[in-house]
Amino acid sequence: MNDGPVQVRGELLMLRKVGAYHHATLVAPGIAERTRPGQFVALAVGGPSSALSLRRAFSIYKVSPQGVYGGTVEIVFAVTGAGTAWLAAQHPHTALDVVGPLGRPFTLPRASASATLVGGGYGSAPLFGLAETLRGRGCRVDFVLGAAAQDRIFGALDARRIASTVAVTTDDGSLGTKGWVTDVLPDVMSRAGTEVVYACGPMAMLRAVSAVAAAHGVPAQCAVEESMACGIGVCMTCVLPVVGDDGVTRMVRSCVEGPVFLGDRVRWDDVGTVPPDTFGAPAANVATGASGATGATGATGGRR
Amino acid sequence: MTRFSVRTIPAPAMRDEPRYDLTTRLGALELPNPVLTASGCAAAGRELDQFFDVSALGAVVTKSILLDPRSGRPTPRMAETASGMLNSIGLQGPGIDAFLEHDLPWLHGKGARAVVSIAGGSVDEYAELAGRLRGAPGLSALEVNISCPNVADRGLVFACDPRAAASVISAVRARSAPDVPVLAKLSPDVTDIVAIARACVEAGADGLSMINTLLGMAIDTDTLRPHLGGVTGGLSGPAVKPVAVRCIWQVHAALPEVPIVGMGGVRTGLDALEMILAGASAVAVGTATFGDPSAPVRVLTELRHALVDRGLPTVADAVGYAHRPVAPP
Ligand SMILES: Cc1cc2nc3c(=O)[nH]c(=O)nc-3n(C[C@H](O)[C@H](O)[C@H](O)COP(=O)(O)OP(=O)(O)OC[C@H]3O[C@@H](n4cnc5c(N)ncnc54)[C@H](O)[C@@H]3O)c2cc1C
Ligand SMILES: Cc1cc2nc3c(=O)[nH]c(=O)nc-3n(C[C@H](O)[C@H](O)[C@H](O)COP(=O)(O)O)c2cc1C
Ligand code: FES
Repeated sequence: MNDGPVQVRGELLMLRKVGAYHHATLVAPGIAERTRPGQFVALAVGGPSSALSLRRAFSIYKVSPQGVYGGTVEIVFAVTGAGTAWLAAQHPHTALDVVGPLGRPFTLPRASASATLVGGGYGSAPLFGLAETLRGRGCRVDFVLGAAAQDRIFGALDARRIASTVAVTTDDGSLGTKGWVTDVLPDVMSRAGTEVVYACGPMAMLRAVSAVAAAHGVPAQCAVEESMACGIGVCMTCVLPVVGDDGVTRMVRSCVEGPVFLGDRVRWDDVGTVPPDTFGAPAANVATGASGATGATGATGGRR
Repeated sequence: MTRFSVRTIPAPAMRDEPRYDLTTRLGALELPNPVLTASGCAAAGRELDQFFDVSALGAVVTKSILLDPRSGRPTPRMAETASGMLNSIGLQGPGIDAFLEHDLPWLHGKGARAVVSIAGGSVDEYAELAGRLRGAPGLSALEVNISCPNVADRGLVFACDPRAAASVISAVRARSAPDVPVLAKLSPDVTDIVAIARACVEAGADGLSMINTLLGMAIDTDTLRPHLGGVTGGLSGPAVKPVAVRCIWQVHAALPEVPIVGMGGVRTGLDALEMILAGASAVAVGTATFGDPSAPVRVLTELRHALVDRGLPTVADAVGYAHRPVAPP
């Protein structure tokens, strides 16, 4: 059997509110047994006659291959637009078309390494499956969870159960330390003797976490979130500039070559642009005397 | 779990299913069925093959390829719109060398029919691409993307000017093997699509693909700035289907002998049928694939049922049917 993604006609089994987020359990047979930590699913939203024609990507929080209902997949999501609002309004047994598991998972360290897991907002969701796997390999696990406010810290109890230590930060100080994850991360890393950092959350957080990890001389595996139209590698919308093994920057698809990247390979400051030294960038075309039809307008990018 | 197997035709007469014949022709090329992928919406087939056997489709139309590798436009590259999307990819791709080394051989090995889409910034580039592809194993047809709104060649969009369009097509036709059909892919962003279609056919196009995306734009009301990194982008998806049906109708009425590959918002078998009734000999599925990776093969199955249900057991019976006068009661 191949271990690539499958498309499954599943259904919503359970939906409950957790702080500012929604926790959904989906019946989606065939996905659980293929899933590895860090992968995601892409859901069709809005029902059959919907005006929403693109899939929505969600990190996989938990899977269980054999349940009473067949395999289930759990996700945690925030309502940010029409698609997530639709999902949050559905009732159990709503049919859901699920594609997954998608993307490259987190790479596991050697057994018994000390791993520090950093989650921003719902970005903590994919870290719990990872933590279980790491513990199974005899790794030390420490968590740092950060968010704007208490109701956006997801999974603090889960984290306490699994991890040696859990540090929480909130922007408004409503839970844990007031500040950012990177305010406490260096201390956590020194205490834990961190040998690898795993992170998932907003781009700005990933960039900052990568910098802290680099300063400690340890690798950071970051799960990014780029706007995606297909999630399966056919549309080229989800790209970001990443440096390859050969030292060359390419615009790579975060849905199939990611979402997990090594923090020191992503050109965080250039996300939203095509750096001039990128493979195939307009400047390179000019240098080789090729077409002037660059397709790039020098526009500002206008990223959120 | 959906793993589709699609019966290809002609199928033997069966008790519960009447005879049908989905074969169709694009010039010298015969296809086992009329459903294709749309360029830029299926890469070179590999990713979709995880969901269904791409050789079950009439053909795989590959992402427009350029001579050189191209990094494309800055992100965000897409914005979802009501029943559609805007994209501003900027023809990111590996260039013709890598395509010939990795992508075309894979499609050939799969037994899939490959319609290779080419794009360039000058007539010479198109001609050189056609030359490079000449004789390549697995090449079933060329689709010449003269209408991509993302490529700003000093303001020139070939597809908006009959003479520029014709010069590209005649250069490509001259460099291609005679038995490989050359399809001109047209932009709907023109005043008179029939004039462009006619110019392409007179320049040697064996068929026409229509429509490419419509130039559009969205502004993010939170940032108060253009949503797309590339500012403008191409509109596709169900929202553009009526424009596509109109273009196909007008061109088929004017040039009834010229095969048309219809595309623009096809999501269901009935959408595909609508394009065939307007005059398309084949139909390509694009944006719908992003929402449903098995869309092309699902559309094929639905189209087969739709044809049979309407007493149209062959595709040929249905092409341009809507143009026929209604029989008096
Ligand atoms: C790999 C990955 C994992 C993700 N995991 C989670 C998760 O665990 N929980 C969660 O709440 N959200 C997650 N997201 C973000 C989630 O996909 C978006 O919030 C969601 O698509 C928004 O849809 P909408 O219709 O509500 O919003 P709209 O803004 O109306 O969406 C419009 C379009 O933009 C796309 N889009 C908008 N925002 C994002 C975004 N941040 N990332 C990707 N595409 C976007 C949508 O897919 C849609 O096509 C993840 C995204 C990616 C890429
Ligand atoms: C993301 C994306 C990329 C595309 N890339 C190309 C391309 O490289 N060459 C081309 O001729 N058309 C390209 N198109 C246009 C499609 O092939 C098709 O003509 C158009 O999208 C209308 O069909 P649809 O509504 O089914 O998508 C692209 C469309 C999309 C949405
Ligand atoms: S989302 Fe389509 S290629 Fe990544």
